[in-house]
Amino acid sequence: MMFLLTIDWAFFLEKLILIAIVITLSLVIAMYATYAERKIAAFMQDRIGPNRAGPFGILQPLADGMKLFFKEEIIPNHSNRFLFIMGPALAMLTAMMTCAVIPWGNKVELFGRSIPLQIADINIGILYIFAVVSLGVYGIMIGGWASNNKFSLLAAMRGASQVISYELAMGISLIALLMLTGSLSLKTIVEQQMQAGHFWNIAYQPLGFLIFFICAMAECNRAPFDLPEAENELNMGYHQEYSSMKLGFYLFAEYINMFISSAVIVTLFFGGYDMPFVNETLLTPNMAALVGVIAFFAKIFIFIFIFMWIRWTLPRFRYDQLMNLGWKGLILLALANMLITAAIILYRM
Amino acid sequence: MDITTIVFWFLSALALFSAIMVITRKNPIFSVLWLIIVFFAISGHYLLLNAQFLAVVNIIVYAGAIMVLFLFVLMMMNLENLPVVNKNIWMKFLGVISGGLLLCILVSTSKSAADMNLKTIIMKEGNIGLIENLGKVLFTKYALPFEISSILFLSAMVGAVVIGKKES
Repeated sequence: MMFLLTIDWAFFLEKLILIAIVITLSLVIAMYATYAERKIAAFMQDRIGPNRAGPFGILQPLADGMKLFFKEEIIPNHSNRFLFIMGPALAMLTAMMTCAVIPWGNKVELFGRSIPLQIADINIGILYIFAVVSLGVYGIMIGGWASNNKFSLLAAMRGASQVISYELAMGISLIALLMLTGSLSLKTIVEQQMQAGHFWNIAYQPLGFLIFFICAMAECNRAPFDLPEAENELNMGYHQEYSSMKLGFYLFAEYINMFISSAVIVTLFFGGYDMPFVNETLLTPNMAALVGVIAFFAKIFIFIFIFMWIRWTLPRFRYDQLMNLGWKGLILLALANMLITAAIILYRM
Repeated sequence: MDITTIVFWFLSALALFSAIMVITRKNPIFSVLWLIIVFFAISGHYLLLNAQFLAVVNIIVYAGAIMVLFLFVLMMMNLENLPVVNKNIWMKFLGVISGGLLLCILVSTSKSAADMNLKTIIMKEGNIGLIENLGKVLFTKYALPFEISSILFLSAMVGAVVIGKKES
């Protein structure tokens, strides 16, 4: 017996190419984010930074990657081999999965087809991102536990409790935004912000943005929230037993997370692919898409820079300060923000 | 046989296989990991029924939060070294019988229930699981049960805090 599967091959190919481009782009940007981070750190500390490999050290990320690939791979004797390998793989997977719902730009007209620059415009886009973010903690937990090392386990526990705590405030701050937009689709949210006479969502939700931004920083495990890898308390954190490219995956996932969080923040609060002061409807579709993509990435890079700026400026929180900020500060603020937003919407109705 | 049918059978097989793995693993941490796969398979079923909201909330709440807490506790307590309790053969025997009886009751009630008779599942085109429709139904038709259950949750949360505070 043979079954015929009807598949729209052009659609399939189009999405496949889009996925390949987006994933390659995330990897390349994450790679050069490591370079940017070292250069910015150097600048802030009055150093020069990497400058040996290639002009201005531009080949440094490649050299680092090569080094990690050629390092000896060590798997501890008493750890669970399968889970030990699955840990970094999960961290990488969850970091990459989020990019599926982000609208990278408007439609492109190619070969007589109109191709939206978004892998999937699902009507629960924000919840999807939220789900993937909440799964991100498994990479840390499984890796930390499978290492069979007490420091790794402690770090993994810290990471898990941190992510769970900050997810709450993040979710509540999003509810206020969603009450304004009335839609969970990221594409619709961007289109609303592009309308004439409508400002970016940051103008309506400044407090919500601040809470979301702080929580995003905590979810990425970036300083000042890098408690899971606090090197002076926990040796190296949850990836202490890792070597070679498995360690590379953990470090890399952090940079991809940073890139994707910046993209989400820009989409939700800063107009996505909306170029300010330009009316996109007057341009040809391809030109508008190009302008949109450039604007989107420019905004993302600004946010990646802010992430790094904060990392090299602020010292790390103490653990109790972290929990106090999350549970007694941000959640209360987010709740107040939600109530006020709801009251204003109700008043204006 | 179209793609939907293939996906349905795949997800069902995955859900059943992982569920069996959950109860046969010696190490509770592996049980939890298999249970997460069960939740993913069930979310896939929700997606087939076009209930996207339910699917993603199932992932957020169960896989993303509750299972993390389970893992948290299991990893901290390190249950591997604990002796296995309750090895009595008669206990196992009784457990199998009562479990089997419960299964019989569940199957017979769901087979004979009036809601189930002569109804087919709406694949891909039902829209009650979409977030707009679900929200409207919850806040109009089922507003009272919804509020009561949320108060129940709130009291459980307050109770947990009170119990947790007693120690110090």
